[in-house]
Amino acid sequence: MTGVQDAEVMEAVPRRLDAAVEVLELRKDFVRRDTKRGRRGGKRRRVALDGVTFTIERGETVAILGQNGSGKSTLVRLLSTLLLPDGGRALVLGHDVVTEARAVRRVVNRVSVEASFFKKMSAAENLSYAARYYGMTAGQTREKIPELLERVGFPKDRRDEPMENLSRGMQQKVALARALLTSPVVLLLDEPTTGLDPRSKLEVQDFIREIRTSHDSTILLCTHDLAEAETLAERVGILDRGRLLALEPAADLKRRYEAQTLEEAFFAASGRAFEAEVDEDDDREVFA
Amino acid sequence: MRTLLGTMRAELVGAGGVVERNVYLTKRYIWWDVAWFLWTVANTLTIVFIAKGIEATGGQLDVNATMTTLLIGAVVWAYLGILFEFLMETVAWERWEGTIEYTFMAPLSRAMHLAGQGVFAIMYGLLRAIFLFAACAFLFFDLEMPNANFFPAFVVLLVASVSFIGIGMMMSVLPLISPEKGTQLGFVAQGTLLVVSGVYYPVEVLPQWMQWIATVSPATYALDGIREAILEGQGLTAMWDEIWPLVIIGVVSIPLGLWVFARGEQYAKKHGKLKRSG
Repeated sequence: MTGVQDAEVMEAVPRRLDAAVEVLELRKDFVRRDTKRGRRGGKRRRVALDGVTFTIERGETVAILGQNGSGKSTLVRLLSTLLLPDGGRALVLGHDVVTEARAVRRVVNRVSVEASFFKKMSAAENLSYAARYYGMTAGQTREKIPELLERVGFPKDRRDEPMENLSRGMQQKVALARALLTSPVVLLLDEPTTGLDPRSKLEVQDFIREIRTSHDSTILLCTHDLAEAETLAERVGILDRGRLLALEPAADLKRRYEAQTLEEAFFAASGRAFEAEVDEDDDREVFA
Repeated sequence: MRTLLGTMRAELVGAGGVVERNVYLTKRYIWWDVAWFLWTVANTLTIVFIAKGIEATGGQLDVNATMTTLLIGAVVWAYLGILFEFLMETVAWERWEGTIEYTFMAPLSRAMHLAGQGVFAIMYGLLRAIFLFAACAFLFFDLEMPNANFFPAFVVLLVASVSFIGIGMMMSVLPLISPEKGTQLGFVAQGTLLVVSGVYYPVEVLPQWMQWIATVSPATYALDGIREAILEGQGLTAMWDEIWPLVIIGVVSIPLGLWVFARGEQYAKKHGKLKRSG
């Protein structure tokens, strides 16, 4: 099916305007030069997402579990309008991520594994300019930025310190504050606790819980932390090698795969251990 | 109508955010900028001293006028370098810091994003160009410019800046295609643009094919206009011949720059090159 035909077929499928996220047969391929076959060795195509379909209701928290290279970050980037899909459709609050990208950007924000900031600038400065990109004036952020930084547990006396002086955990808290500053309806969390020390990890997880209760946000949490997925999300999905194998409440997943733990459920669904990393995954990680 | 006004307001606030970010960065890197300015001064001096060198080796020339001509060329070179540097940083620096994805997923149009970057580049570049010119002309060489008309020179540089920004937008896509070498290609563009525009010599000395290119280069008109204003004291009215081509090139280069950037962004989003992985 060509891209045009695919788009026509997708357009014919009615949109669910009441859903927060609606993903239908979403596909993403990456093509890179095949260095194993020499400089003129041609190209390699790797499927990062392979016909992924799911829906997230408004106010729901959904966790997607998957190993490195499973396609989690690709999924988040597609929903953030940072990648263009090669097939299928993704809607956020009924807006297509390709044809209505700006409408999607107004309602989405994201926290990724790297707390990306201008490292010489302070937390307050990083939040301030980022808020302007969302049309928030200085008057609107003057009080909101200190409030949010306080809520995430960021010390008041370090607000003007360059980000490079802060710990990873502290930076990740600022990243959460940045995402919340724009009051997103859909919050995409891509491994927000990976690489954090246990205490910072718990603090970030507590804050995600608080967002769930105090904000009316829909959360898509991509993680490879099984406990995090089970405790924070209402439904848990298993994404393996670009394919969504299941998406249901953790208890249902365990029941379906006759497993005691999510790890066992993952193993049963994917046919391999959760922490198993084979060569193919190393290769895929570069793409997905 | 209200929605449209709201959108326009949000866009202007967003462009202001780009300026604000650059102000913060300039503040944080101010001593590096001072060091870079000193290097530019040194570089400019090496060029302006050429006139004195020719005189010292027996050459017949109006030293004061030649030094001023060379100084104007060096200042425009440095100015263009700063504009291109800021525009190239739109992608390069943000990629390095990892903020590029957050910027590109914000609901700010690319036109206003680049406009904010361009406005700050022009403000910073003009201020720097004024300091550079004043330091070299009056501190180091005590150049005489009895007929100088600085205001028209400033206006010509400002009008030319629109075209420079358009070209800079096209160049700023290069780091998306090659993160390692893309920025360096910006220097190639800067050099190419100025070499055909008579940066230190009249365009007439160039081969014919280069002179043809010079007619579509905004730097040609900028250099001519600034030299006429400073060396001959020409006013704005007399410089219309330089200003109208600059306006036309500006009107063409900005949409063209935005189009090229949009193509580059589409390419990066298609191939996953916005964020480097692996």
